[in-house]
Formats: sequence, structure tokens, C-alpha cells
Amino acid sequence: MAVSKEYLKEEREQAWRVDIRKLLKNKERTGLTRVHMGEVEAGERIKSNIEVNSGLTEEEAVNEARRCLDCPDPTCITGCPVEINIPKFIKRIEQGEFLKAAQVLKETSALPAVCGRVCPQEKQCEAKCFYQVKMKKDPVAIGYLERFAADYERESGQISVPEVAAPNGIKIAVIGSGPAGLTFAGDMAKHGYDVTVFEALHEIGGVLKYGIPEFRLPNSIVDVEINNLKQMGVKFENNFIVGRTATIDDLKEEGFEAFFTGSGAGLPRFMNIPGENYIGILSSNEYLTRVNLMDAANPKTDTPIISGKNVAVIGGGNTAMDSVRTAKRLGADRAMIIYRRSMEEMPARVEEVKHAQEEGIEFLNLTNPVEYFADENGRVNKVRAQKMELGEPDSSGRRRPVPMEGSEYDIEVDTVVVSVGVSPNPLIPSSLPQLETTRWGTIVVDEEKLQTSIPEMFAGGDIVRGGATVILAMGDGRNAAAAMHQYLQDKLNA
Amino acid sequence: MNRIVEKEFFSENVVRLEIEAPRIAKARRAGHFVIVKIGETGERIPLTIASSNPEKGTITLVIQRVGVSSRRITELEVGDEITDLVGPLGEATHIEKVGTVLACGGGVGVAPLLPIVEALKKAGNKVITILAARTKDLIILEDQIRQYSDEVIVMTDDGSYGKKGLVTDGMKEVMEREKVDQSVIIGPAIMMKFAALTTKEYNVPTVASLNTIMVDGTGMCGACRITVGGKTKFVCVDGPEFDAHQVDFDEMLLRLNGYKEIEKGAEKEYLKSKDNK
Repeated sequence: MAVSKEYLKEEREQAWRVDIRKLLKNKERTGLTRVHMGEVEAGERIKSNIEVNSGLTEEEAVNEARRCLDCPDPTCITGCPVEINIPKFIKRIEQGEFLKAAQVLKETSALPAVCGRVCPQEKQCEAKCFYQVKMKKDPVAIGYLERFAADYERESGQISVPEVAAPNGIKIAVIGSGPAGLTFAGDMAKHGYDVTVFEALHEIGGVLKYGIPEFRLPNSIVDVEINNLKQMGVKFENNFIVGRTATIDDLKEEGFEAFFTGSGAGLPRFMNIPGENYIGILSSNEYLTRVNLMDAANPKTDTPIISGKNVAVIGGGNTAMDSVRTAKRLGADRAMIIYRRSMEEMPARVEEVKHAQEEGIEFLNLTNPVEYFADENGRVNKVRAQKMELGEPDSSGRRRPVPMEGSEYDIEVDTVVVSVGVSPNPLIPSSLPQLETTRWGTIVVDEEKLQTSIPEMFAGGDIVRGGATVILAMGDGRNAAAAMHQYLQDKLNA
Repeated sequence: MNRIVEKEFFSENVVRLEIEAPRIAKARRAGHFVIVKIGETGERIPLTIASSNPEKGTITLVIQRVGVSSRRITELEVGDEITDLVGPLGEATHIEKVGTVLACGGGVGVAPLLPIVEALKKAGNKVITILAARTKDLIILEDQIRQYSDEVIVMTDDGSYGKKGLVTDGMKEVMEREKVDQSVIIGPAIMMKFAALTTKEYNVPTVASLNTIMVDGTGMCGACRITVGGKTKFVCVDGPEFDAHQVDFDEMLLRLNGYKEIEKGAEKEYLKSKDNK
């Protein structure tokens, strides 16, 4: 669903925006340099869960907003899965109307403070910025500005609640309260639907709560966004597993007319190498859930965690970075990434890798674990690693790592976190035999409408994609809401 | 939500709780479990559902005090609420008429065994149940088990009740004397290990219901993983019941001790804090 060019043009011609554009010549704007995000110093931040990025000051934000040329054809928006009107909110910042800037974000995004922190802007909006594309200069720091506006609104205490249409009495169930489900819920609430979000865990927020660590995305910020949805009339039921606690049929009997499944990529993958089930070897999901959701490192909680001194994290994605940096904060002397390709192929965000390096994380790249060893109690004490070299590109376009024979060596470890990907959660598909799935267990949907083989069920996020990002899940939620709204209206008018 | 309506001590450390949970009471089948968490700072622990009353909207859990979390739940009183309760989880027991079934419950494992015995009996099987425990006080739910069993054999390690001996002694006695078509075993991992070895000797297909460490209970974390027939399985979504002859019980026993030292320390702290109150 693309925002119309006419609408964007109309918005751009509004008097306040024309005035702002006139304040500076384009040459003056392009002469400014990109703002630098303040960070808590590495040695200091690893002592606690303090957020790494400290955010922009008002002055920094306004200065950065000045760089934006307010292009007639804002290509940045095409890079945003939820199509935030980027130039509009940036110009509101330049104008000093920070609260209004936040309102622009909320027109299309249910979670602006989250996106401003965890979106890979460098691959999305900022990659499509005029500066980057045409001038080969640093793009406008759209992500930082988004975070600034959302944080400003939250800290101001004047949080605006998006306008909601009059209630239409149609009950909609959302399965899973992660980024896809929350976005979907917000959009449907705006259309006037009676939305209930069902969550299997005891906390609302899905991966935003159990997965992404506090130092990257504080839970309190997620809670504010969830609260905002509550104020829009969205209801939440935790400890409720759709398909188990109640079936889809039960919910239909209770009056729910349509469903959105955003149940996520639940199952952690392991490598199936010898010794992988020794004590002290755990999935990144388990490690992060213990620390983030259960607050296991806090002595006041009952959930235990092993705080290893030599921690190896297997994998090179964002979740691997989150895990290894968490290990450092739990007091590891040696926290290392073991990754089978080189730095260049690493899927983690550049910023996360940079932060990890600053924090003293070791990177054992072109290295792959082949076997684990344990003491007499079954507790892991060694990983046997093999050196790799890069061969021909594989189906993903990245050069395939090839083992180097005779290169094995042992590394002492007491904790290993396996972060080599996840598979879709089977709970929903297994409770709905008529739901069409792929052989990987993901739900089959119409690409545009995100409608499944069950017409009144739509799906999005990792349960469809297999393993992607927060913002792509949010884009799915948004597109599914638009398509479901259309579907239900057509049904009503038929 | 999740209010406790009945509480009964089976022994000093084994408590039966009946809890209001209408949706779970209606949805659960034999073999299912729930995850409970007590208090904001509580831990998520799995507990197998012993029985349910869909009309009354309640489920029954039997809990043995083994650590901080099980202490917290057994210290709740009638009228208290369980902070978080979610389920039913796991795959339900596959119930069919096979002929003669030997059901074996060790200690508190008799609680999850009860609904299975009931379902097997109702499916038309001849059910012989062995209840085993260290001592007389730890034999639980005997009357209820008798209701659905053709024969009940009680075994205690110290001979204080029933016959003196291990569960495996009782099992051998039955399998020597008659043809058993299937066996179901639930109890401590060490008991299941030896019970499985015993039925293997007699070539009796055997199902074991496993209780491992879990965090989410929905397949997300993998804390509960075990090896079955050389392959890694998740107890929460692939189980909790598995072919007992294929389960690597030695690995499971090690994994169950993964947090033992931390847990022991935590329990000491907990008891100390209680004393100071």
C-alpha cells in the first residue's frame, strides 16, 4: 500500500513547510555535517544495562533537521516499510514543533520510539536519502531524529493519542504481541475495530521484551508504546495461547470475526554437532529471555542464569551481538563471537558490531564450532573450532565458508550461546490443519494482502518471513491491517 | 484470575492445589502441562495437570517442594491467586485400546499419571498400576488410581507400605506373569531411566512423560531439549511424552542439574529470609 504522491505533494505545499524551506538555501543545508550520536563510554556502559546511545539534544536535532532538503520526490519514504512521512516530521523538528513531529510519526507507526532505536535505517530510509544516493554524502540521520521526536513527546508527558474512528463493533483477534501484532492492532483500532491482542507470555511486547536487550531498547519505552495502544482502545490478554488456551473456533464463537497471526519465529535452531546439549550451551533465545524477560541477572528474581567468564556466542547476526554484549555486562572476562564467514558478510548492523568492538568483544571470524567437550558433570568446558575460508558465492549471494582441514583448535569456554537462527513457531499452524504452510513451517500468505489460506486470517512478521527485522514485521502489520479492513468492508457491502 | 479454591497436603512436601482456570480446564487433555509463575519476580516452571473439572472451571496441580519456586507455590493459600498461569501446553497423550497397560508412577509422578490411567481405562484397556515411593507417606492419590485400575501394586523402598522394593521389582513381577502390551512411566528421571531399561528387557513399548527445565514452554528457548533416538527434541512442543527406550536419560539427568548449585544457594537464602520474618 503506497502513500499517494498527490497527498505527499499537498502536504509539502502547506504554508509552514514552504516557509521552513525558505529559511536556508539548499547549498547551506548540504554544507552542514551529519550529527554524531552521543554514547555512554564503553568502559562505563558495560557495567550496567544503561542505554548505549544517549539521544540527540534539541539543538543537535534542529541542526540535523536543517540538513534535510525536503525533496519534491522524497525517496526516503520508499525505504520505510511503514511509510512514515519523513520530510514532514523532520521539518516539524526544524520548526521546533517537536510534539507535532511525533504526531507525524504516529500517523503510520505504532512504535516510533522503538523504530528510532532498532531499525536498520542504514539499509532503509537512510539508504534512499538524496544525500546518500545522489551526493554520496552521509544521509540525514533519520533514525536519530525519529528517536528524538518520540523521546521528546514521551518525556514531555504530553503524549498524543492518535485519532480513532467511531467503534464499529467488529471484534478482531491478534495472535502475538510483537512488532507485527502491535502495529496491526494500532491500525485496526484507528479504523474503529474492537481489537484484542493475545500473548502467550506473561509480558506484552514479544521480541521487543524478551529478545532485544535493555541497553539497546529499554522495556519502559516499549511499555509506553503499549500504553498508547491501550488508550486507543486495544485490549491485551497475556498468558493466552491461541490454539491451546482457546481454539480459533472458540474465539469465533465468542464473536471474533477476523484474525491476524504474528506469532513470531519461535524455535531456536541448533547446529546438531557433538556435545551441543551439554550444560552451559543455550540458545540465544533462552539466554536473552532469561536476562531480558525474566531479569535473571537481578539477584531479587528467582530465575537463575549462569554468568560465564569465557562466553562464546555462535553466529554473526544482531541477536548474536545482543547476546555477546549481554555476556560482557554479566561479567564475562572473555566474550567472543564465533562466526563462520568474515566481517564483511556479517548480517548484524554495522552500529552493533562497532559497539561490540568498543566493548571489548573478540571476533573469531572465519571460524566454526565442530564439537563441544564437558567436565564430569556435563558442563561445557571447551569448544573445538575449525578455521574456514571463503569459497564461491552461495544462494544468499554471500561467499560460502569452506572448512580448512587440519585447522581445528580448542577454545576454553564455560558458556556457549548458539545464535544461528530461528524457525517459525509451530503452535498456530499445528492447531489449524487447514492453514497452508511452507515446508519450512512458515505460513503462506498472499504477498500484498498478507491473507492466508483461511480467508479471515491474515499473517505477518517472522511467522511468514522466517526471521527478519522489527520494522519488516511492522510493515506487514500495517499492510495486513489495510487489507483486512478492505476485506471486511467488502464483506459488509456484499 | 487463577484463584486457588482448594489446598490439601498429601505429605509434608507434597501439596494438591485446585485452581480456577476455566479455559484451561475445558481445553486440557491427559498429558498436558501448564507454566506457572508466582509473583512479579517469580520463575516460570512447568507443572503437569493432574486433573480438571470443566464444569467447575478448575484444574488440579500436585506440587512437590524441591526449590524456591515450588516452595512459593505450595505456600499459597485458598483464595490466593497464581500470578501467571498459561496452558495447556505440550502434546496430549495418545490414548488407544492396546490391551494390557502397565502404568508406573514414582513419587509425585503419580499425579500426572492419574489422568492417563483414567483415559486408558476408559478406552477399554486392562490397567495395572504400580505406585512407588521412598516411604508410605509419599504414596499419593492411591484411591483415585484404584478407581481406574484393574490392579494396583504399591512399592516402597523401605517396605513401610505395600511391598518392599523398587518400582522395577514390581514391574518385573507383572511382566513375568502376564503379557503387557504397553507401559507408561512417570516419575523422577532416574526412576524412569531404570523403568525404561526394565521394559526394554521384556520388549514392552514404553512411553515416558518428561519434566525438564523450561522457560517459556512454547518452543521458544530450547532449555528443555533432550536427545531421543539420537535427535534433539524439545520436551515442551515435541513432548512431554516420548518413546522411553529412545530417550537419553543420562543426558537428561545431567541437564536437570544445570542450575543445581545456584538453586541450592537460592533455596538457602529463601529459607533464611523466611526465618527472619
